[in-house]
Amino acid sequence: MAEAPGKRTHWDFNWRSANGFKGGTMAFFLETLLGGLMAGMLYSLVALGFVLIFKASGVFNFAQGAMVLFAALAMARFAEWAPAWFGFESKFLANLIAFALAAALMFVLAWLIERLVLRHLVNQEAATLLMATLGITYFIDGLGQTIFGSDIYRIDVGMPKDPAFVLESVFEGGVLVNLEDVYAACLAALLVALLSLFFQKTVTGRALRAVADDHQAAQSIGIPLNGIWVVVWCVAGIVALVAGIIWGSKLGVQFSLTTVALRALPVIILGGLTSVPGAIIGGLIIGVGEKLSEVYLGPYIGGGIEIWFAYALALVFLLFRPQGLFGEKIIDRV
Amino acid sequence: MSSSDPVLTVNGIEVIYNHVILVLKGVSLSVPEGRIVTILGGNGAGKTTTLRAISNLLKGERGEVTKGGIELRGERIENLSPSELVQRGVVQVMEGRHCFAHLTIEENLLAGAYTRRNKAEIAHNLEKVYSYFPRLRTRRTSQAAYTSGGEQQMCAIGRALMTSPSVVLLDEPSMGLAPQIVEEVFEIVKDLNAREKVTFLLAEQNTTMALKYADYGYIMESGRVVMDGPASVLRDNEDVKEFYLGVGGGDRRSFKDMKSYRRRKRWLA
Repeated sequence: MAEAPGKRTHWDFNWRSANGFKGGTMAFFLETLLGGLMAGMLYSLVALGFVLIFKASGVFNFAQGAMVLFAALAMARFAEWAPAWFGFESKFLANLIAFALAAALMFVLAWLIERLVLRHLVNQEAATLLMATLGITYFIDGLGQTIFGSDIYRIDVGMPKDPAFVLESVFEGGVLVNLEDVYAACLAALLVALLSLFFQKTVTGRALRAVADDHQAAQSIGIPLNGIWVVVWCVAGIVALVAGIIWGSKLGVQFSLTTVALRALPVIILGGLTSVPGAIIGGLIIGVGEKLSEVYLGPYIGGGIEIWFAYALALVFLLFRPQGLFGEKIIDRV
Repeated sequence: MSSSDPVLTVNGIEVIYNHVILVLKGVSLSVPEGRIVTILGGNGAGKTTTLRAISNLLKGERGEVTKGGIELRGERIENLSPSELVQRGVVQVMEGRHCFAHLTIEENLLAGAYTRRNKAEIAHNLEKVYSYFPRLRTRRTSQAAYTSGGEQQMCAIGRALMTSPSVVLLDEPSMGLAPQIVEEVFEIVKDLNAREKVTFLLAEQNTTMALKYADYGYIMESGRVVMDGPASVLRDNEDVKEFYLGVGGGDRRSFKDMKSYRRRKRWLA
């Protein structure tokens, strides 16, 4: 790292944290913070999928991680195949068609899950439903790899890979940000805004919240549960697709993508299982917490905090605020 | 009673839960257009099951109608989904209120309009509900879980009215409410019946109240209808007085003179 200042690369960041670099400069703190926020946004995206389904159907959908992988696989492979099928060269067009096809596939998947599984489990114990989604997880894992293959694939939606330096006038050398993360974060934020609008302002959104509160009452006033579940699994499918595209283009589409779902677990515990804003803010807190603790506490406690920090935080929350920061309080009349 | 056609007829239905538990053993009843009919009986008599069989909310409870039929204006309805029934004007207000706890009162009411697509009709219905239940208007922005039991019951009834129903199946509206609130709720039911021509089928344990407001009553015990008749006749029936109204014998009695046996239920013969 003997290069002149101002010609830093994104390796810089890792080098400094790996060597227990204390930072000390404001610019470095900001870098870490921003890095954490971006990573957090990506966790939020996965957490969002959990929250949507739990809110509307009281089902803790264990299959969310598998859906992310499935969607990412579909996206990667369709983008590869589309030019050959339709005979064109444009990469943009290929991605567009792949996205449409993958989205359609997620719709079909949602419909099948409702038809074949959920419909027969109305009003069953939460544990029964959880086991059902466990089953769905393995089925989707296998199905995805059978159809699309089990190698590592790439998703290239033209997200910039280069880091950029901002605020160079304020700090010497500027603050390093990863443009890819910025794009991803904006995309995630947009998706969240759309979803909040959908839930709060539309008739279907209101019906979804009604079903989340009381299945039977919703049914008694004519809200068809089956239809609502298809809608909510579709929405969760689209969220999984977006998450899959972003994570897939960062890490490559491979089986380990399913484990990002596990990274999202502390996020929902922190933010609350029933809150869309909670998923976002929980994600941000976890992202920032991981990075800051790694950089500033790591040298004292030892490396690897990043890996367990989120879970430790979640544990603390479970003890003191089990509904999470923004989860719906269990309202009890006394 | 025979003057108006029945809007709802139940013909000897049998309901089995979990494929083994026989809960209704041939229940028949008929509900004339524009009347209030009540089903009376103690816990486990089958009142709720009868209402659920009609509104087809049985499936969620693993129940099934295995015999008999249910007709709405001559059309068989046992195989329609709750959603389709609501669109045909039959709606159930469930026992225990079941408001959407985290939605506001107004959102609760609007959720009730899910099957309605006409915006003007929805606005009209909302205004109507607020005019019948002025208390709901004052609590419109409160989360339902934070409102009182009476307000929740009103919210549940109002929510059902948002579906523009012609028949309302009302399950134990008096449950857990203060006598004064019960009176208020029943007055509104009577009012809705008189002015909006809504037909009510009312399941109740509060026999005094139900017979005061209903036109006709059925008494159920262990899954059977054991007695039926116009409310005024039931009110004066010695058996009903003894077993359901708690005023048997006419005179006030001291515990000192109480008979050590109860009057025999003649229908158990």
